[in-house]
Amino acid sequence: MGHRTSMVRRPSGRSRFEGAVKGILFGAAAVSVLTTIAIVFSLLNETLSFFGDVPIGDFLFGTKWTPQFAADQQSFGVLPLVWGTLYLTGIGLIVAIPVGILSGMYLSEFAPRRVRKVIKPILEVLAGVPTIVFGYFALTFFTPEVLKNGLGLDVNQFNALSAGIVLGILVVPTIATLVEDAMSSVPQSLREGSAGLGANRVQTAVRVVFPAALSGVVAALVLGASRAIGETVIILIAGGQQANLSLNPYESYQSMAAFIAATARGDIPTGSIKYETIFVVGMTLFVFTLILNMVSIRLVRKYRQVYE
Amino acid sequence: MRDNRYLLTLAISGALAFGVVACGDDEEPTASGGDSTEETSSEGGGELSGKIAIDGSSTVAPFAEAAAELFQEENPGVQITVGTSGTGGGFEKFCAGETDISDASRAIKDDEEVPLCEEGGIEYTEVQIANDGIAVATNKDLAVDCMTVDALKKVWNKGSKIKSLADADPELPDTELSLYGPGTDSGTFDFFTDAINGEEGVSREDYEASEDDNQLVTGVSGDEGGFGYFGFSYYEAAADKLNLVGVDSGDGNCVKPSIETIQDGSYTPLSRPLFMYPGKKAMERPEVKAFMDFVTTQAPMIAEAAKIVPLTDEQLTEAQGALAQ
Repeated sequence: MGHRTSMVRRPSGRSRFEGAVKGILFGAAAVSVLTTIAIVFSLLNETLSFFGDVPIGDFLFGTKWTPQFAADQQSFGVLPLVWGTLYLTGIGLIVAIPVGILSGMYLSEFAPRRVRKVIKPILEVLAGVPTIVFGYFALTFFTPEVLKNGLGLDVNQFNALSAGIVLGILVVPTIATLVEDAMSSVPQSLREGSAGLGANRVQTAVRVVFPAALSGVVAALVLGASRAIGETVIILIAGGQQANLSLNPYESYQSMAAFIAATARGDIPTGSIKYETIFVVGMTLFVFTLILNMVSIRLVRKYRQVYE
Repeated sequence: MRDNRYLLTLAISGALAFGVVACGDDEEPTASGGDSTEETSSEGGGELSGKIAIDGSSTVAPFAEAAAELFQEENPGVQITVGTSGTGGGFEKFCAGETDISDASRAIKDDEEVPLCEEGGIEYTEVQIANDGIAVATNKDLAVDCMTVDALKKVWNKGSKIKSLADADPELPDTELSLYGPGTDSGTFDFFTDAINGEEGVSREDYEASEDDNQLVTGVSGDEGGFGYFGFSYYEAAADKLNLVGVDSGDGNCVKPSIETIQDGSYTPLSRPLFMYPGKKAMERPEVKAFMDFVTTQAPMIAEAAKIVPLTDEQLTEAQGALAQ
């Protein structure tokens, strides 16, 4: 105690040292904030200049996206890209949500320790596979061998089905790991209580542990969806590059992220309207992910149950 | 106490890291800056130095870039920039004296560009450096031997709603097409739309477009109704996976693209010569002259690196002759 009072009286080397540490830690935290601000700023600049040329209504509600063509053939309706993004993400989540939740539940509640020891590292390896590998897996194996030869589907070489399913496989480890974490952290006493009331293991897992872990599960799903929406490479390689506003999963679609990647790869003159489309679409994608993250925070709060 | 020790190590390692970064930042530019000035000054004696500005056709750009890269390996003191303003845009800059060499995918126009250069007082030499050809290809299952330019136009023109080749020509198969073509930034797109649809940049929009020709090959060879066009070299590399379509320019004579038919121009309208136009004044500078000498002696090798069709021996001699004048 005496030590502390003496420190207050004359600022010693120690307090200055602590101040310096605080400063360094603050600096580290500020880096990410500043980066975000800088990104928004760089997007905003070109976005505003884009809306100087194209009415915002045409952009948001137009159904034709052909900015790469000559002037009289250009249309800037972003809907096909937004649709492509949501459609592919949707296909991916149809695969990823059940598989992810079920495997997370299995790992947390049912798997014997020995099985867990094998499955967990494999899931982690899957999460570590570069997405470009997934992309070529979809294009050169999944589309021709599984969809065309195996199932006999009449899909295009570049199609939403293959890209979407493989996108889902990519997201499975993310969801599975988070669901497992959420369910494992449910206090043991709940399981014991449930067993004491005569519930079997399946009933306990589905009706007691799963609802108790719901906030974590929701967070896992939203994180998985964000991952799928922002994913670029798989769709770029296997999903095709046509801004398409249709429902047929056998056709080719382009997502927002894939459009940015494909367009930035060509020789586009800086300052042209085509160059600005990259930033506008980037901004749209940014807003999408932001909304999704905000929704997820709301949901997690709403479903949070505290056991202490 | 223990906490403090952790904090101390953290702070020290942090400070070190920052310090290292800061030092690196301070030192590197000055060091490298010093080096480069020394290099150029010492090289001024014997080695070449200076800058060469090239601009023009985006079809010639891969050739010019490959040439620049290979040339710079031997002459690191020379800086070469390759722009892609298009053939017309390239000549505009060239005739205004802004560039040293202009890339062109057609000969300079007598009525517009020649007077422009005369006004600017720019004299130049025309040197053919390679040949360009576009292959039209289909999936192996969609066996089409020949198409007329009119049929191609019906398929690819702006606003085309054609779903199968039978819609364009009843004699052709009615398999539903899936169309593949280059991205709108590529010279191949400009050339094809100009030659087939009659105006550069005009095309139907609902086709699978990629800047990566290999991806086009994958698509055409993977879809039963795959139909697309791309640079001839990409066809050559995947010839066993594709069906090559001959083109009838309207005289009833069907010609398939090959190195020979592209070089001699009989594969019309999808083949053309590619040019570089070095300025005569620029050629007085040793680095520009050395570069053009390099291009005209190594043209076939550069063309191969850039994946376009090389000059014949005859054309090569002609190019060297043109430069020597």
